[in-house]
Amino acid sequence: MTIRTLITAGTLAALSATTALADVKVGMITTLSGGGAGLGIDVRDGFMLAVEQSGRDDIEVIIEDDQRKPDVAVQLADRMIQSEQVDILTGIVWSNLAMAVVPSAVAQGKFYLSPNAGPSALAGRGCDPNYFNIAWQNDNLHEAAGAYANDAGYTNSFILAPNYPAGQDALMGYKRMYDGELGGEIYTQLGQTDYAAEIAQIRASDADSVFFFLPGGMGISFLKQYADSGVDLPVVGPAFSFDQGILQAVGAAALGVHNTSQWSKDLDNPTNIAFVESFQAEFGRLPSLYASQGFDTANLMISAMEVADVDDQDAFRAALEAADFDSTRGDFAFGPNHHPVQDIHVRKVVQEGDVFTNVIVATALTDHADAYAAECQF
Amino acid sequence: MSMILLIEQVLNGLQFGVMLFVMAAGLTLVFGVMGLINLAHGSLYMIGAFAAATVAGMTGSFLLALAASLAAAAAAGAIVEVVVIRRLYARDHLDQVLATFALILIFSEGTRWLFGSFPLFLDVPDWLRGPVSLPGGILYPAYRLAIIGVGLAVALGLWALIARTRLGIRIRAGESDREMIAALGVDISKLYTLVFALGAALAGLAGALVGAIQSVQVGMGEPVMILAFVVIVIGGIGSIKGALVASLLVGVTDTLGGVLLPVAFAQIMQPSNAMLVGSALASMLIYILMAVVLVVRPSGLYGARA
Repeated sequence: MTIRTLITAGTLAALSATTALADVKVGMITTLSGGGAGLGIDVRDGFMLAVEQSGRDDIEVIIEDDQRKPDVAVQLADRMIQSEQVDILTGIVWSNLAMAVVPSAVAQGKFYLSPNAGPSALAGRGCDPNYFNIAWQNDNLHEAAGAYANDAGYTNSFILAPNYPAGQDALMGYKRMYDGELGGEIYTQLGQTDYAAEIAQIRASDADSVFFFLPGGMGISFLKQYADSGVDLPVVGPAFSFDQGILQAVGAAALGVHNTSQWSKDLDNPTNIAFVESFQAEFGRLPSLYASQGFDTANLMISAMEVADVDDQDAFRAALEAADFDSTRGDFAFGPNHHPVQDIHVRKVVQEGDVFTNVIVATALTDHADAYAAECQF
Repeated sequence: MSMILLIEQVLNGLQFGVMLFVMAAGLTLVFGVMGLINLAHGSLYMIGAFAAATVAGMTGSFLLALAASLAAAAAAGAIVEVVVIRRLYARDHLDQVLATFALILIFSEGTRWLFGSFPLFLDVPDWLRGPVSLPGGILYPAYRLAIIGVGLAVALGLWALIARTRLGIRIRAGESDREMIAALGVDISKLYTLVFALGAALAGLAGALVGAIQSVQVGMGEPVMILAFVVIVIGGIGSIKGALVASLLVGVTDTLGGVLLPVAFAQIMQPSNAMLVGSALASMLIYILMAVVLVVRPSGLYGARA
């Protein structure tokens, strides 16, 4: 399952156009097998697309599969740092894996660029100058959902999430922005596939809306069962359950649901239009938000390589902080804790031909930073 | 907590239980008759779901999809029995665990190779969509009621097969004395293939039925697999009756525990803490049930041998 990819896509013209600095070796640890593989594959494809489009031949990317297991991720990281001598690590999708890998990687003087996971522990007191998150802090999309619920006039939300750190962060994030009452609050089991009991409780409650954070297969199960239950309260959630990769499996059950995301395929900026088009041409499917995050991560890294040598850590870090790249989200900047300050949009699930996808209907939060930045001291 | 909600939750528990039964019945038969631990039973469940999703996508017919799930899982089961499992009967349980675990990996990656990493679409048929009104003003999804019906029909069919047919007599004979039944001239290897394919077909059916309301994806079988093992341990290995009682017990305990425990804890502590403690304890509940049953009856509720 080892995929070693040496990128030699660059042309001589591209090489002479860029200042030739030392080669950069990137170690990508991501989930390529098992239930969560769709996410890792999108991150990888987005990242590699940007590397290929840059035309540089001085980037070597070593890609390994973490199987969504923290112990495997730690072993891979140790090997990449010690024997492969990578300069930059990236790729991890899940927060629990990030918590196992990132602190020791940055302590060993490597850069870590997160294309997805943004646990609160790494945004606040546990922040590190060499750790950059290009996606979001975990709470952000949930905060936006809470803000949207206020705008939509919901005053009594029923909220549910799996009982694990990211699930608790999710409900916390929603409640941070949401002003109304709670019609109910449930922690489900991680990996749960049957939500009949929870849906019965929603039916019995006097709630006027439902907020849920159930990533991957859990969200597919919940939405199908919810649509079939006859409960017709409006549903709000973060983009993870309405992502391009799983919408086709949910089908019509997701139509009309509002969800919050920092990215959408219809964001109208030249970078995004080109990204969506080239991703589709290359891989024959629409990109997901994970793919956009992988793409942005690679472009951030490339933008820093243009101006600094990765061996000069201070210069390279400053170049990363500047975030001088064209993001698929339009405006993008880092806050003081190296987490994004960005707009978060509200999308709605629609059907375009045979394909279920999202369109932006509003913006929930503008230039939103995370709640932990103040606790971060480098 | 209202009475209607409680009844609805009991129905949910029953529905969960009969699905577990369809899954566990094959597992307990295989364990009982052949003495084989088959960790790859969950993969057959996944094969059923993928076959159903594929056929439903091509034909649009849910009944054809169910037939396809039975056929595909039975065929996969028969092939696996002839090619791999047959060599394991004489080996000890650790070898069986190792080999069938390898089968899980092969099936999972093979499925990903064929179908890709993204979940497939499989929905309930139009004629079972939406809720129906039950007496007492209870709204309950028609599809879940149908699942309860199918599960009970499978239980009845299995009972008739084992108690009333020649094949059933051989299966029971195989459970109690393998050498003797072979000596009496029964083609034991054909019987084994048949029993294994039957168990596989049931797992495939469960996968297809559940796949319509959950997500059809690689690895979907493993969590159910663990529960199915809990069921056959509680019920007594090899006992179909035990599997039925135990799966209903596990289904109802798990569902009601998840609902009632947080409410119970809320009486004595803060609501948010009660939620966390209650749901944490609820997820342990079936294992506590298993431990208690094993203390009282070490060979399970209806187990013949220890």
